[in-house]
Amino acid sequence: MVMNGVLDSRVPDGPMAGKWTDHKFSMKLVNPNNKRRFEIIVVGTGLAGASAAASLSELGYRVKVFTFHDSPRRAHSIAAQGGINAAKNYTNDGDSVHRLFYDTVKGGDYRSREANVHRLAEVSLNIIDQCAVQGVPFAREYGGLLDNRSFGGAQVSRTFYARGQTGQQLLLGAYQALAKQVAAGSVELYTRTEMLDLVTEDGRACGIVTRDLISGEIAAHTGHAVVLATGGYGNVYYLSTNAMACNVTAAWRAHRRGAYFANACYTQIHPTCIPASDEFQSKLTLMSESLRNDGRIWVPEAMDDARSPDLIPESERDYYLERKYPAFGNLVPRDVASRNAKTVVDQGKGVGPLRNGVYLDFSEVIERDGHTAVAAKYGNLFDMYERITGENPYAVPMRIYPAIHYTMGGLWVDYHLMTTVPGCYSIGEANFSDHGANRLGASALMQGLADGYFVLPYTIGDDLAARLGEPVVPLSDPVFAQAVSEVTDATQRFLSIGGTRSVDWFHRELGKIVWDYIGMERTSAGLEKALSEIPALEAEFWADLRVPGSGANLNSSLEKAGRVADFFELAKLMARDALVREESCGGHFRAEHQTPEGEAQRDDENFAHVAAWEWHGTDTTQTRHVEELEFEEVALTQRSYK
Amino acid sequence: MSGANGVNGQTSQQSHGGTLSLTLRIWRQDGPDAPGRFHTFDAPNISEDMSFLELLDIINERLIEGGGVPIEFDHDCREGICGMCSLMINGRAHGHELATTTCQLHMRKFSDGDVITVEPFRAKAFPVVRDLVVDRSSFDRIIEAGGYISVNTGAVGDANQTPVPKEAADTSMDAAACIGCGACVAACPNSAAQLFTSAKLAHLNLIPQGQPQRWERTEAMVETMEQFFGSCTNHGECTEACPKEISLDFIAFMNRDYVKAKIKNRKLTGQS
Repeated sequence: MVMNGVLDSRVPDGPMAGKWTDHKFSMKLVNPNNKRRFEIIVVGTGLAGASAAASLSELGYRVKVFTFHDSPRRAHSIAAQGGINAAKNYTNDGDSVHRLFYDTVKGGDYRSREANVHRLAEVSLNIIDQCAVQGVPFAREYGGLLDNRSFGGAQVSRTFYARGQTGQQLLLGAYQALAKQVAAGSVELYTRTEMLDLVTEDGRACGIVTRDLISGEIAAHTGHAVVLATGGYGNVYYLSTNAMACNVTAAWRAHRRGAYFANACYTQIHPTCIPASDEFQSKLTLMSESLRNDGRIWVPEAMDDARSPDLIPESERDYYLERKYPAFGNLVPRDVASRNAKTVVDQGKGVGPLRNGVYLDFSEVIERDGHTAVAAKYGNLFDMYERITGENPYAVPMRIYPAIHYTMGGLWVDYHLMTTVPGCYSIGEANFSDHGANRLGASALMQGLADGYFVLPYTIGDDLAARLGEPVVPLSDPVFAQAVSEVTDATQRFLSIGGTRSVDWFHRELGKIVWDYIGMERTSAGLEKALSEIPALEAEFWADLRVPGSGANLNSSLEKAGRVADFFELAKLMARDALVREESCGGHFRAEHQTPEGEAQRDDENFAHVAAWEWHGTDTTQTRHVEELEFEEVALTQRSYK
Repeated sequence: MSGANGVNGQTSQQSHGGTLSLTLRIWRQDGPDAPGRFHTFDAPNISEDMSFLELLDIINERLIEGGGVPIEFDHDCREGICGMCSLMINGRAHGHELATTTCQLHMRKFSDGDVITVEPFRAKAFPVVRDLVVDRSSFDRIIEAGGYISVNTGAVGDANQTPVPKEAADTSMDAAACIGCGACVAACPNSAAQLFTSAKLAHLNLIPQGQPQRWERTEAMVETMEQFFGSCTNHGECTEACPKEISLDFIAFMNRDYVKAKIKNRKLTGQS
């Protein structure tokens, strides 16, 4: 919340390890019989939204939940492959809540809020218990107990998994919990319904405006609180590993109504994705990072070497990661591997028909361990690669290139997960809170479920308890009519431009600018360039966009138009946020700020803070507010992988 | 406006695969009650590396540029896991490639000069919404009938207090891999949903956590399924069309559990 113009994170006092326990006791409660007097709106049904909606309704709150998909189980949480972290220490290898907390703060490059991360590590234990009893088919050992693996360079085995479909199985668990509540009549589910505005009265959230994607009807919904669980904004890059419909619209409309947007420049690149094959590529597919355990990454020494890889002798290959980082080799962290791939491709050493990838070569391990052993380990991934590229990775090296995968920035929230608009909460990837400048592998699923199952259900009660007896703002209130009318006008505006270009065309062009200048490596000059090119393209968008059809039925062009309009505004904020942050940290790499070895150079003295931006209107730039980060438990150090 | 490498190193070069010239016959329908018909589109110069949905993207871009209204189709993750994409392609759910969703079907699996017929999933329980989009919410009704374990958040002990035999967990996972796309229903001559329902049911009925509600769940899910869908006559088209290769064995498992449930549930309510 904002107190007297200053961001108040509402982090409780006391020692780190006891903050959450003590705070749970000190927060006010809503009597079980009174919970039914509160109506809560939840937007989004991924891990965070579905788990929150189910849990809140189990407590007795009346819940309305909204998804733009045809079913809650489609949300993009479903695509997460690797696993979910929890500090169970089932493997007896020295893990603990403190170690998971420590690893997450360090992995976030010291740009996250310690108290939130500690709470996340604490409730990670409960998540596994909850999901197991829901019937999530986690991998098991022969004795019937849960199996763990080491993931993303962690030194302990704390990752729980369900084959390569952990996200799918956790989402099905949360969806089933939600279906149980829908069947019981305590959750009202709205499918194919998209949130297009947040409604506030006297600065407090009181509802939302939605569009029914089938009928086109624009309607208002009222509630005592609004929870935004609407995911990340990776699709601002057009090409990403996100699903096609992932967007920033719900969060952005809340931002325009007063919710500060934090750390927009913190975006994460995944180093092992399949490179684009042509101009019409619609999305990028991620290949598990585990491939780097056995594959060797290389490019030809010479520029524009068009020879087939088997014709390039060893002496003319550059195994650049092994050369530059002898200790870690091909297993350097995601950001280091990604930037190095960009460097060699920019030097003209890229491979493949578009010269847009690097080789990930398995010939050595195949020779050493045999085809069968490699197939047993990576068979599924090799099949997936062959399906997409038509090339057999047992015979020809894979081609990989980094792609945008996750966004750490998002709506600013306090310890209660409340945004700067009282009564409006944000959970999961949509908020900025727990990953700092870089998210660790297998931690996204953990955070989504932590927020939804075990944090929000406690904190929201503290806020609502004070409002007992207050009715919801009635739909007859003029604030709703006003908001509905504004959304209706905005929808009509897209339909009436009548230009010549499709939404996808503008989205692709925007994506190129954002990728080139606000991608893996940022410079002051590049960011300035982005800030001149984005508004120019945005002006063209508003003049030359063509949205065919009408607003009175299913019209995916119309849906996308609203989302891309918001991506334009977000992209400008990302550039400004990246420009002001004169340091490199985690996923934000400013070329001007690197160590002599080319590593990210943080500036803890000036930038150990969260940047939260306040909206002032379409034609005015946002104001930057700062939340200082204090590190009581974890000492700040510089990463090195030499 | 793009830098040295454009989007992820894209340039305007052609792809390394060849190109195809195709003719598409695509079903168009304005709404659930409107009459539908096939429209024919020429698709020249289609890259073999493109996915089937990217082909539809291109047809739509050309439609928009020419002043037309784009074809509506469901899609989202485009990596074969969300279950959102559908389509009957030349009469086959998700096309002719086995174990493949439409989003993962690539044009190199077609030949130059092919005429490709594209329709929505056809089933009474999946009414057409518009063009190629259908309403599959009847699947959600089956889950709401009992496809869950009734446990509230927080009311649980340590996960390892309930061991699950590895074989049970693995078979449960085989069933749980279902993505709920509806290809099984679309492929079935009876529009039956046995494969979907049995996969969802077996996921929970096979493991210890699912036992307390096993019989109640089975009866409720099967009977809700029957309200919407046709009957199974063992054609096996469903498993053939299933992008996740869900086994017919789960249907046998469900049928067995259903018979048992009819007896058990009567006993439990004192009617034996």
